[in-house]
Amino acid sequence: MTEVSRQWPLWEVFIRSKNGLDHKHCGSVHAPDAKLALSNARDVYTRRLEGVSIWVVRADNIVASDPDAKPEMFDPAEDKIYRHPTFYKLPDDVNHM
Amino acid sequence: MSTITAANAAHLEYVLRIADTSLILGQRLSEWCGHGPVIEEDIALTNVALDLIGQARLLLTHVGRLEGKGRDEDRLAFLRTEPQYRNLTIVELPNVDFARTILRNFLVAAWQRELWQKLASSTDTELAAIAGKALKETRYHLQHAADWTVRLGDGTEESHARMQKALDYLWPYTAEFFSATAEDAAVEAAGVGPAWATLESTWEAVVRPVLEVATLAVPARMPFLSRGKQGQHTESMGHLLTEMQYLQRTYPGGTW
Repeated sequence: MTEVSRQWPLWEVFIRSKNGLDHKHCGSVHAPDAKLALSNARDVYTRRLEGVSIWVVRADNIVASDPDAKPEMFDPAEDKIYRHPTFYKLPDDVNHM
Repeated sequence: MSTITAANAAHLEYVLRIADTSLILGQRLSEWCGHGPVIEEDIALTNVALDLIGQARLLLTHVGRLEGKGRDEDRLAFLRTEPQYRNLTIVELPNVDFARTILRNFLVAAWQRELWQKLASSTDTELAAIAGKALKETRYHLQHAADWTVRLGDGTEESHARMQKALDYLWPYTAEFFSATAEDAAVEAAGVGPAWATLESTWEAVVRPVLEVATLAVPARMPFLSRGKQGQHTESMGHLLTEMQYLQRTYPGGTW
């Protein structure tokens, strides 16, 4: 692992499609710095009016869960249906819940 | 529009120069399609090319209407001979490398931005509307090219050397951005647009600080003056037109 990478760092791109909506992850770009990452994201991902706002973040700044840890991370939630509000019966005179 | 008066002729010539400059730079930049240094930049350069060709389409359609001889955008774009093109010489010069491509985009976009701003209040309302749309595109082109100019100029030894070489080569051609023409007085009097000489000081005020941050040395002005906008082109133009016009010449009237 002594070889120095000549690749530009990877940036994850998040686009907000309209005001009021959340930014959604849509892909990634390579770029030498933050400003050009934003510019590359604009050129690659908003060519068809996809967005009104862009976030970029260095991919190595994202801390991700381990895919191999899926069973212990997520399976225990599977049989706990009482965590959903629909599990509970509401009295008839409670409206609009 | 049955007769072309002297004022009309100047108006036509003026718009044609702007149209052809966008068209030929768009053609040059499209050569990068599939050859960009990285995929992101490949897309960025072709986006700019598409914006420029879009501007050329609107402007050439307008030229066709001003001329009143029934020529549409395609006939004007593809079926003229070399001396009938009125683009600034700088845009027909070969790309050579990424440094020269970026630096040319920077110099031209800074000029276009000044021009579109002025044209937005033209008495030619169609031209004003096109300028308003083009201004937004050009602002981005300028930002993109300026960002790269600084990074490459103030980058590695090799990127700096290439940018300086590009600037030494291109700078003399920028004199044509501002040189006087026989049409200046007529278009100014009619309120069509400014004589380009009036754009020089604001252009320099935009360009020089960026070149300075990019650690590039601006060459002194020389007596050299290119005349593409008057139809006198370099040897590169014929090669460019051969490729650009190939389909229309080979399959006349072909559409898709």
